[in-house]
Amino acid sequence: MSHPATAHHTSTGLDSRKLAFWMFIGSECLLFGSLISTYLVYQGRSVQGPTPEEILNIPLTSISTFVLLMSSLAMVLALAAVIRGDRTWSRLWLLATALLGAGFLGFQAYEFVTFVHEGLTLQTNLFGSTFFVLTGTHGAHVFIGVVWLLTLLVRSLQGKLGSDKAMNVEIAGLYWHFVDVVWIVIFTVVYLLS
Amino acid sequence: MATSVAHQAPGGPAALGSRIWSWVTTTDHKRIGILYGVTAFAFFLLGGLEALIIRLQLASSGNTVVSAEAYSQLFTMHGTTMVFLAIMPLSAAFFNFIIPLQIGARDVAFPRLNAFSYWVFLLGGLFLNASFLAGAAPNAGWFGYANLTSTQYSPGLNIDFWVLGLQVLGVASIAAGINFIVTIINLRAPGMTLMRMPVFTWMSLVTQFIIVTAFPVITVALVFLMFDRFFGTTFYSVAAGGDVLLWQHLFWLFGHPEVYILILPAMGIISDVIPTFSRKPLFGYAVVVYSGLLIGILGWGVWAHHMFQVGLGPIADSVFSATTMLIAIPTGVKIFNWIATMWGGKIKFTTSMLFAVGFIAMFIIGGLSGVMHASPPADLQQTDTYFVVAHFHYVLFGGAMLGIFAGIYFWWPKVTGRLLSERIGKLHFWLTIIGANLSFFPMHFIGLLGMPRRIYTYDPALGLDTMNLVATIGAFTMGLGALVFVVNVVWSRKRGTPAGNDPWGGATLEWAISSPPPVYNFSVIPEVRSRLPMWAEDGMTPVPETPPSPVHVPAGSYWPALAATGIIVMAIGAILKTLLITLGGVAVLVVSIYAWSFEPFEV
Repeated sequence: MSHPATAHHTSTGLDSRKLAFWMFIGSECLLFGSLISTYLVYQGRSVQGPTPEEILNIPLTSISTFVLLMSSLAMVLALAAVIRGDRTWSRLWLLATALLGAGFLGFQAYEFVTFVHEGLTLQTNLFGSTFFVLTGTHGAHVFIGVVWLLTLLVRSLQGKLGSDKAMNVEIAGLYWHFVDVVWIVIFTVVYLLS
Repeated sequence: MATSVAHQAPGGPAALGSRIWSWVTTTDHKRIGILYGVTAFAFFLLGGLEALIIRLQLASSGNTVVSAEAYSQLFTMHGTTMVFLAIMPLSAAFFNFIIPLQIGARDVAFPRLNAFSYWVFLLGGLFLNASFLAGAAPNAGWFGYANLTSTQYSPGLNIDFWVLGLQVLGVASIAAGINFIVTIINLRAPGMTLMRMPVFTWMSLVTQFIIVTAFPVITVALVFLMFDRFFGTTFYSVAAGGDVLLWQHLFWLFGHPEVYILILPAMGIISDVIPTFSRKPLFGYAVVVYSGLLIGILGWGVWAHHMFQVGLGPIADSVFSATTMLIAIPTGVKIFNWIATMWGGKIKFTTSMLFAVGFIAMFIIGGLSGVMHASPPADLQQTDTYFVVAHFHYVLFGGAMLGIFAGIYFWWPKVTGRLLSERIGKLHFWLTIIGANLSFFPMHFIGLLGMPRRIYTYDPALGLDTMNLVATIGAFTMGLGALVFVVNVVWSRKRGTPAGNDPWGGATLEWAISSPPPVYNFSVIPEVRSRLPMWAEDGMTPVPETPPSPVHVPAGSYWPALAATGIIVMAIGAILKTLLITLGGVAVLVVSIYAWSFEPFEV
């Protein structure tokens, strides 16, 4: 069998971990698909307020959406830096991606707290239940992504994230971009179309 | 050291502690397959025991073997156990043991993830059944309709066990599903093109795609239910404007594909068994593969036929009625292919073949009653009666379980190196098939005469006592059959004839290596030149008895079992409503994931 250090041969030539991750993303599509469908089915069926129109802050969320989109750009640059073996820039871009992700989470935390003060909780009405579970699930995904990115950053600082480990970053990037794309759908469906 | 040449498993009488430890830390797909098989069979016996108590209660009218409440717990746990803890993991035992051998691989793509799936399944199954010890087994039926499951109508722990246990089991299924998709797509031996793969591997691949896509949907349904019960959300609350049909849609969007998750592996098994014992290649291999794919796709478009009685309206009813009838076509195609394979073949009725033929016969009966309730007006008469119970036991027991038994008799010698007794096996088969028909066939009439399912007793005036008694006798006959199988297993372990590499004259790669296979499976990965490498002239390059050079074998790891423990501790914390325990579980999980990621492990 092949030497441990060399890449494993696969039938398709695709890296097995990358393929597995694509399958995971496929699975996640159904997860978010079900959550978003439920949100749509229950839209306008709450028997009491606050309604989305009353409470959603579209300008603020546009900014947080922009922050998350920029994090995807930083992710691309981080991967490129890791591939070319540029330690300084891989660390900087990984840090930037994680910080932008954390920034998005900060906006979300602020939004949640504001909503609770304005009288919208998980229990208030159907809008509250569907909104918090959908965006909360997404937020949990972003949180895991930030932890993942910080882990990669630490590995890089330990000098263990050379260009031979680019696949680790590429897979984290796949996850990150996916979470970003999901947010674009959520932003469109929940905020812009409300 | 993680490199092995010829020996496998610790030789000699190792200390019991280290033997157990080697099973806990194993990442060998064959040992994990055995773990899956043994565990799932134990759950199968448990689910069977629940069925026997149910049948005992129904043996005569006005019976008082169990209370109404205990009866609800029994039928709920019988269904949940058989679907999630018996048939699915029994199939997974075959996925684990057989798929890498059939495609010429040394292991699955992610051996540790594979171990993780098993431990999550085991602990999830124990968690679900621990509800009996708490005196609060789930009691809302295996499809747990809202709002029976709301805190208002089910304030106890029963549904909490169910909602948490099923989420845990879903993790195991999705992880295993991804693992096997990658294994089948990426780890095939040279020359093992997709259209040369054995049909069992093909049907397993389709099954994994269904698992990976269907389980997130039930996960979301369960998350909503969990939030409703634990955090007071209103997803299934009609008073708050919610809709109980949301649960039904999400559940059956998962639930109908789940039916194919249960049956497709069994169809794959008999597609390998029947050609072997007919001494003929499978008739219309490509058509069998494509029809399996079609079933996997169409299976997504029929879910609302479980919901005709709720009044979806004529358009929805018509569409789902049509798609349901449509899915009978690829299924029928497969049946004709199996029959055509046997046609003119030199058929050898081994126990395995008997179970495979039994599958065809039983599945035809179950399929026909299935098409009957594809028609909404007919379904309205049949739904929630014993007619439906008869139908799905014909497809799930007569289909999936008989197929699994065919697979057990077929591959047992490969797994253990010894044959099962054909004489005891045939007794097992006849007890099973007679018992199944005695039990399930009268249920058609019991149902059409108006006996509803899930009611703990019935009135003597209905005149159903005799038929119910016959059904009970049939159930105990099947139970006897299961005991005979256990006897056969013990007999085989002690006195079974050594199998040799290829006791049946099989066509596929697993028969090219010794039984049981060495830890590295193939001393040299063969090059495959035919769909039937063992039957074709020059179908594959030879696999020598001993490897010409040392073969790398992955070491064990205890992190998968520990990660699984973390998940179950989270669920235990939730049941006990103790946040600290749940957080402890999260901590164990996170530490395990990190340790797992950074431990040196070469596949």
